[in-house]
Amino acid sequence: METVISVARPIPTIDMPRSRMLGAYLEEARSECLRYMRAPGFMLPIMLFPAMFYLLFGVLMAKSSGADATRYLLASYGVFGVMSPGLFGFGVSLALERDGGLLTFKRALPVPPGAYLLGKMLMAMVAADGVILLLLAMALSLGHVTLSPFQAGALLLTGMLGVLPFCALGMFVGTLIKGQGAPGMLQLVYLPMSFMSGLWIPLSMLPQFLQQIAPVWPSYHLDMLALAAVGVNKGPLLGHVLVLVGFAAAFLLIAARRLRRHG
Amino acid sequence: MPHSHDPIARLDGVIKRYGRLTALDGADLQLHRGELLALLGPNGAGKTTAIGLLLGLIRADAGTVELFGRDPQRIEARRRIGVMLQNAELPPTLRVGELLRLTASYYPAPRALAESAELAGVTDLLGRPYAKLSGGQQRRVQFALALCGRPELLFLDEPTVGMDIEARQKLWVAVRQLLAEGCAVLLTTHYLEEAEALADRVCVMSRGRMIHEGTVEELRARVALKRVRCFSTLSADTVRGWPEVSEVHRENERLHIAAAEAETVVRRLLDADSQLRELEVQRAGLAEAFTELTRDADQAAAATQREAA
Repeated sequence: METVISVARPIPTIDMPRSRMLGAYLEEARSECLRYMRAPGFMLPIMLFPAMFYLLFGVLMAKSSGADATRYLLASYGVFGVMSPGLFGFGVSLALERDGGLLTFKRALPVPPGAYLLGKMLMAMVAADGVILLLLAMALSLGHVTLSPFQAGALLLTGMLGVLPFCALGMFVGTLIKGQGAPGMLQLVYLPMSFMSGLWIPLSMLPQFLQQIAPVWPSYHLDMLALAAVGVNKGPLLGHVLVLVGFAAAFLLIAARRLRRHG
Repeated sequence: MPHSHDPIARLDGVIKRYGRLTALDGADLQLHRGELLALLGPNGAGKTTAIGLLLGLIRADAGTVELFGRDPQRIEARRRIGVMLQNAELPPTLRVGELLRLTASYYPAPRALAESAELAGVTDLLGRPYAKLSGGQQRRVQFALALCGRPELLFLDEPTVGMDIEARQKLWVAVRQLLAEGCAVLLTTHYLEEAEALADRVCVMSRGRMIHEGTVEELRARVALKRVRCFSTLSADTVRGWPEVSEVHRENERLHIAAAEAETVVRRLLDADSQLRELEVQRAGLAEAFTELTRDADQAAAATQREAA
């Protein structure tokens, strides 16, 4: 074939139709969900760990304190549970995939902006609601908590969106540490932060100093929202929402920048 | 084949440092439409860094890096390339067909799934999970992913490592087919016969620079030595005494001679041994040329260091 190609630079590009662009996002999300559904060994422990905590401390130990304590702990262990798929599901899988070269490969390919991260985010949201559903089932059956369908729905919504700031934090840690080091580092964030936000033991029972610094932690703010969802917290919520949005945006931006530049 | 004058991939005076190590030290490279350029060099010569820059994975400290006239970090540029990297652990639980479908979805006008599978020879693997494949099969799948977007430029980084001879030759056939369609290829390989079989041009790197660029023939011509082999009763020591001969050794009955002027040596051989059989004369292969080139570059670098010290 004797075709002479004359090009002026930059060489004109073939446009990606919008429908194909959307298709790429959907394919990415689908693949991400498929691969973890086929390997339950990764996500299942991440979801069961907080559920087991709630069963021991929120349902069995709190039985003597009555349904109100169980209701209170449903919200705060719910937050504890939601943090786990965010930090570990998102952060650890990112750290492992950076290590294994998958992320490098994806960066070389024309993956639409953010599609890889959105896929993971969706996966974390599904897992977060999985945890909340587990906790709800235990609270309603074993803990004799009564919730209106609206309250249960609000808690599910809180969990689904509340996982996002922790995805961003997990992602940030995942960009700092490669591979097997990430889970340990994330435990160091996860457990102390949960304790200091009053997720295990109500804040009012913690030392004065910890009570004062609690608003520093994103999990504290998510706990306030979760408590409102189950009808325990009657205070204003907008401030907590804004803090969480800001926290998520900040970590997402730093992490995305690091990923784009250094991989 | 006619080429446009603008290269589709270009490095121009590129410098890349990692801390105190200079991986690329003024590297220049131009790749044109429809050609296959083989990038050769010993480990640590800077091949992977050069490819990483062209793929937008890393940024240069100085110099120009362009892919289709743009910054490689722009997605528009990368929509026109296909990539096969040296080590990428793909999601183990996804099936081959699913991986192909996902990767094809990133491109504006990809090949049909069956066509990609056919080209790369993975049609029989489509329903298998990636983790269950052998190393060679996984490489073939990665090759399928590289070509599924109908790229204008294909990056193949050590594509046939871990493949058996048959699979390797099938991949070569597929690469030739892509070249015939007008796709350009940037190939790095440790197998010089691979470069010899496929490349239009060869670019040899050493210590972060391009030390030679040209056709395979030109590279081989740089090495004046020729190989003469024959079955002869002459002793190696006798032949070693001849002035034209630079190297001799014997393997059982067979004499191996290296000489600059093969014709003179052959004439003397035939005169000296009337029983001589199985005479072969060969020009030096790419392997010898390559070894000599990089050794020269190493010696030059060592000399510069001595002068500096």
